[in-house]
Amino acid sequence: MNDKSKMSANEVLSIRTPLKADVCASLRSGDMVLLTGSVYTARDVAHRRLYEALKKGLPLPIDLSTATIFYAAPSPTPTGRIIGSIGPTTSYRMDVFTPALIEHGLRGMIGKGSRSPEVVEAIKQYGAVYFGAIGGIAALTAQCVKRIERVAYDDLGPEAIRRLTVVDLPLVVINDTLGNDLYLSEQSRWRIIPE
Amino acid sequence: MREIDAQQVTATVRKLFIEANTTLGQDVLSALKRAITKEESAIGRQVLEKILQNAAIAREGSLPLCQDTGLAVLFVEIGQDVRIVGGDLRGTIEEGVRQAYADGFLRKSVCDPLTRENTKDNTPAVIHLDMVPGNQLKIIAMPKGGGSENMSRAKMLTPSAGIDGIKKFVLETVEKAGANPCPPIVVGIGIGGSLEHACLLAKKALLRETGSPHPADPRLAQLEEELCGQINALGIGPAGLGGKVTALAVHAEMAPCHIASLPVAVNIQCHVARHQEAII
Repeated sequence: MNDKSKMSANEVLSIRTPLKADVCASLRSGDMVLLTGSVYTARDVAHRRLYEALKKGLPLPIDLSTATIFYAAPSPTPTGRIIGSIGPTTSYRMDVFTPALIEHGLRGMIGKGSRSPEVVEAIKQYGAVYFGAIGGIAALTAQCVKRIERVAYDDLGPEAIRRLTVVDLPLVVINDTLGNDLYLSEQSRWRIIPE
Repeated sequence: MREIDAQQVTATVRKLFIEANTTLGQDVLSALKRAITKEESAIGRQVLEKILQNAAIAREGSLPLCQDTGLAVLFVEIGQDVRIVGGDLRGTIEEGVRQAYADGFLRKSVCDPLTRENTKDNTPAVIHLDMVPGNQLKIIAMPKGGGSENMSRAKMLTPSAGIDGIKKFVLETVEKAGANPCPPIVVGIGIGGSLEHACLLAKKALLRETGSPHPADPRLAQLEEELCGQINALGIGPAGLGGKVTALAVHAEMAPCHIASLPVAVNIQCHVARHQEAII
């Protein structure tokens, strides 16, 4: 499963969390993956709190080492369901906090939209990976979530940190350890009018 | 004077927000289907297919189309021969929002701007109230997602910037937004008026049937068509993964402005272009 050198360009890779260093190193911008395992949800305020705790040397409520964070806040769980609707929020708002988190072990990020040069550099330097998920298809994406557990910052309501167990969550690699960026490469490939 | 019971207003607002969050309009579905035939990127077509699949799942299960069930924006037109009994109009609307977001399992996404503390019931709503002739009450519920709203911009251009300046600003706004606002997007443009009027026009433009040209002003219809072509030439594509379809539609509205000014506002709407209306 970890050997992706045999995979053809359009094949979908099945990968698991915790993401191993060799898997991260082998993933390439444009790879389509199905992710299975545990991921944490965390977005704006949760990031600020994690970042501030790191700066003060305080213990974190989650183990960042080899962790994957999904920038998401699901809608409430309807009766009889596992989770409400869930999908990626825009990632750039987390950029100011992300390099510090990567430095402390964060390996996978799931979101939508471009990252800052600082995040792209941290991904290269520490062997992390940024996956894109499709926004606005949250009823469909929820079908990949098999379990949801409260973890931390419950006072944040929808923004609280939760642990999700996902099976075959469809993602695409946006930023890889070589510094490639799928948004930049694909958008310029399809661009007709001059910059 | 026609009397309308406040409870009826609350029930209507509740129903509209649940419906809007779980059901995509036929006009948007048609625009997405047209987009599939236009999209040349294979991954772009896959994204569009998934958007349609999601709409079907959401409708059947009465599930939110998107986890971001939005800030509750309402356009309310009250006939001047209508009297609301049993409660104040704004209060009854807020109560409808509160009930929709609780009963419909919709996400509460409203917070204090500085402390970021959640208000826990998705209020206050943003209510645009207008008084019109007649004895009816028209309510449009528009849950507005944060991702696309964040990519929206307004600028006070100088009159000399003219139509070319407007086009440049719109294109620049969409280009900077990139993958962030969940393309394919609907672009609402407000031209003229004052600063806040231009913004309001841009938002109202999003309520028009997706992809229909401006019904009254051929200059605007032409601007919409031209800009839609230019936006789709940017290559951003569905989900920003590259492709031919970045915008499902461009809608523009205009109002006269001060001789010194040329206000322009661009309100970006994600592909989950949600709004529902009712007339009481």
